[in-house]
Amino acid sequence: MWVNNFLILGAVLFAIGVYGVIARKNAVLVLMSIELILNSVNINLLAFSQMHNNVDGNTFALYIIAVAAAEVGVGLAMVMLIYRNRKTIALDDLSEMKG
Amino acid sequence: MVASGIQVAQSVGFYIVAAMMVLFAVQVVASRNVVHAALALVMVMAGAAALYLLLAAEFVAVTQVLVYIGAVMVLFLFGVMLTRAKHGIDTDLNNKGWMFGIPVAMLMLGVTGWAVIDGWKDTTLPEGNGPIPTSAVSDSIFKPYLLPFWALSFVLLIAVIGAIVLARKD
Amino acid sequence: MLGFPLIRYAEEPAAAAHAAGWFLDHAWLIALIPAIGFAIILFFGKKLPFKGAEVGIASMVASLVLSAGAVYQWIDLGHDAHPVIKTWTWWQSGGMQFTLGQHIDGLALMALILVSFISTLVQIYSVEYVRDDRRFTHFFASLTLFSAGMLTMVLAENMVQLILGWEIMGLCSFMLIGHWWEEKANSNAALKAFWTVRVGDMGLLVGTAVLFGMFHTFSIDKINNTVAEGGGFSKSMLMTAAIALFIACIGKSGQFPLHTWLPDAMAGPTPVSSLLHSSTMVVAGVFLVARIYPVFHTGLDINVAGQQFNLIAVIGGITVLIAAVLAFVQNDIKKVLAYSTVSQLGYMMMGLGVGAWTAAVFHIFTHAFFKCCLFLCAGSVSHTGSHHSFDMKADMGGLRKKMPVTFITWMLSTAALCGVPFFSGFFSKDEIIDSAHANHYTVFWVVGLIGAFLTTAYMTRATYLTFFGQARGAAAHFVHGDDHADADHHGAADSHATDDAHGAHDVKHSRPLPFAPHDSGWLITVPLIILAALAVVSGYLNAPAFHIEKFHHWVTPHLINEMVPEAPVFKWVNALPSIALVALGFIVSLAISKAVFGSEPSPLKGLTKRNSLLGAGHRFVANKYYLDDLYEKVIVRSIAHPIAQGAYWINQRVIDATVNSVGIGGRKSAGWVYRNVDQRMVDGVVNGSGIAASEAGESLRASQSGKVNQYGALLFGAAAVGALVLVIVNS
Repeated sequence: MWVNNFLILGAVLFAIGVYGVIARKNAVLVLMSIELILNSVNINLLAFSQMHNNVDGNTFALYIIAVAAAEVGVGLAMVMLIYRNRKTIALDDLSEMKG
Repeated sequence: MVASGIQVAQSVGFYIVAAMMVLFAVQVVASRNVVHAALALVMVMAGAAALYLLLAAEFVAVTQVLVYIGAVMVLFLFGVMLTRAKHGIDTDLNNKGWMFGIPVAMLMLGVTGWAVIDGWKDTTLPEGNGPIPTSAVSDSIFKPYLLPFWALSFVLLIAVIGAIVLARKD
Repeated sequence: MLGFPLIRYAEEPAAAAHAAGWFLDHAWLIALIPAIGFAIILFFGKKLPFKGAEVGIASMVASLVLSAGAVYQWIDLGHDAHPVIKTWTWWQSGGMQFTLGQHIDGLALMALILVSFISTLVQIYSVEYVRDDRRFTHFFASLTLFSAGMLTMVLAENMVQLILGWEIMGLCSFMLIGHWWEEKANSNAALKAFWTVRVGDMGLLVGTAVLFGMFHTFSIDKINNTVAEGGGFSKSMLMTAAIALFIACIGKSGQFPLHTWLPDAMAGPTPVSSLLHSSTMVVAGVFLVARIYPVFHTGLDINVAGQQFNLIAVIGGITVLIAAVLAFVQNDIKKVLAYSTVSQLGYMMMGLGVGAWTAAVFHIFTHAFFKCCLFLCAGSVSHTGSHHSFDMKADMGGLRKKMPVTFITWMLSTAALCGVPFFSGFFSKDEIIDSAHANHYTVFWVVGLIGAFLTTAYMTRATYLTFFGQARGAAAHFVHGDDHADADHHGAADSHATDDAHGAHDVKHSRPLPFAPHDSGWLITVPLIILAALAVVSGYLNAPAFHIEKFHHWVTPHLINEMVPEAPVFKWVNALPSIALVALGFIVSLAISKAVFGSEPSPLKGLTKRNSLLGAGHRFVANKYYLDDLYEKVIVRSIAHPIAQGAYWINQRVIDATVNSVGIGGRKSAGWVYRNVDQRMVDGVVNGSGIAASEAGESLRASQSGKVNQYGALLFGAAAVGALVLVIVNS
């Protein structure tokens, strides 16, 4: 199996995740897109780990999963707080900048 | 024949899973239903777990399913619920400048794709290694990467505390 | 300045053949001492006890003593006398040396002693005459400076120094004529004198330049010698130089047509008239002709066989006649004497014109004494007789008994002037007339004779009006109603101008004057007596009748002696025509004067009023042949008026226009600069930079929208670009 398969798949998912971050208005959906990006990175890591016969890639991927979990937890707590205060989590409406 | 057979089976399996993941990923970013997007994300993660198995990373695959799908995605669905996302079709999910995402994504894809293709054109994954034993993973965690492990545990602690503090009603 | 003042002492080798005496070698002191005196009077005069008069008189006495010593030493040299020439270089440029120096020969010595003597007497006279004057000190300063100037001119070694002295004299004449310049008439007279002489002075510069161009030297000695040797120069150039120089003499010596300033110069105080405008300054022109006589003699072909007329003689002759006629119609005694001076100067010029060099120079000598005496007498009369008036008809008459000394000295000098035998004028003036005949200038012989007749006639008239007949006006011891009746500016000016210690003239009513006419103090009368004595005696220095030719031996240079014809041998027969005419003039004039001015009725009284022809003639002469009008109203106005108009036009249209347009242009360009450069460009740049900054900020502000999605887009975009760069660099 070509290692490129995994790597290109990772790149595609990464691009889709980037599009999602930019295009989505709902804050939760943006966070989901970020999860997508993280997953693509995991795929890359594990592909490289397999390629080099090194278990470090696996360790790193595990750590990323843990961090992603922590991040989502805090992120959603913030989104909820914002929703409580502003009654909306549409990112367009949350901007208070005047220009 | 067996080796090429395994190869063929692995490749076919990879391509099906990959196609599915991409389709569901597109669903995540393009769906007009928030819950559908969340469920599509679940499918992407499931596909990722399948790919991890293909990459002989059993522990990580299982951890993916348990933590990501089981906890994180549930958290997402809770978030969707708690922020009163509109059920059903919600036409107001893309922001005004969604078009800028396409070129940026394309650029990103182009750069990384080209770098990858250029770098590892002819590299194949080694065959014949069995699945990575969990003990090797734990050895790796607790010996060379112990410090990050501790840091990570702190991070999780702080994340929990932080989430509780943030989400408190008073 | 390069070479100034580089004084180098150079002695002409020819002159050092014998050691000339100390006085001759140091004759330049004669001119220097009055110059120093002038400076002292100018700066310290007011603080001195006699207000500067003592310095003036002392310096003139010093000059007189030195001149006398020099004359004695010159006479001692006898026949071997050569000119004592010394020069000091004060400037040199381009190989040409400019020098100041002395050229002492008989002519110069005669003039030196004459000028210093007359100046001393006049200064002594002035102490009394201008006592209590408002500008006493400056008067003496100007008199002393004048003497210094004339002495410089007389002993000048070169033409440049001569011009220097000439101009100093002109300046002093201006200052002294306008001494009482508060009256406009006096300052007008001073200006007229100055400008008229100045017109002539152009000739002096042109002549000097032509001579320099011909002979490449300013030295009088060299010029004379070169011309006398003859050959090597262009005759027409020499004639040009002679004519140009003579024009200057016409101006300075009051010859026709530039004589008009001399009578007006009588506006000055009487000492000035007696010193400058009778004896010394006005003879400077004659002196110049005599000094560089070879130039004139050769240039104008004087004494060339068959010549009947030449420029100098003609001008001199015309002057003799017209001035003598003008003297008849004057009421002002000083004006009579002024015209007499002009006429006698005409004699001198005529004498030089016919080649009678010695006679003309001798006439300078004698004329100085008797004319100065006549003027001083006139001053004495006005000072204590006619109460500061010079009007013969209005304020004089019958003064002979009341002012005896003045009367006697006047009579002696008049006799000398008329050429009565055995007085000095007889020997000098008649010599001229005789030489004119002997040198075959018959016309001028006749002119001279007529002039003698006229001289006697007008002097008799003046004498009769002043000293004989009924006392009138101030001489009669009262002021009459209209003091301003006389047409002479001089009379009115003088009578009201002096700081009058005798009380104001009240023109409204007649009242007795504080004192009766009487002779003046000794400061005035002693100079009169000295001069009158000399008027009688000085003629005997050169009396061919008695075979005395001392003046001729001492004064006439060898050069001139060789050039001009021998003086005619004196015969009483030749003198008879002039003696007869003098007697005739006396008798005729006395008769007419008695008839016209006397108290008895006579058909001659008021003749000019009744007879229109005689009246027109009288008016013509009384208006000085309308020459003044011609000069002032026609010539001067036609030249000056357009020039003034032109200058005014240039000033208004060209200069002012230029200035205005520069100003307007400056303002407009400043405005343009303001609008375009300052407002548009500079402000534009400044505003533009501000606008650029704000626009840039505006446009970049969009990136700080607060929209997370946008931040994400920017972030990922930048990361992608960075990744691209890295990939490219590392591949």
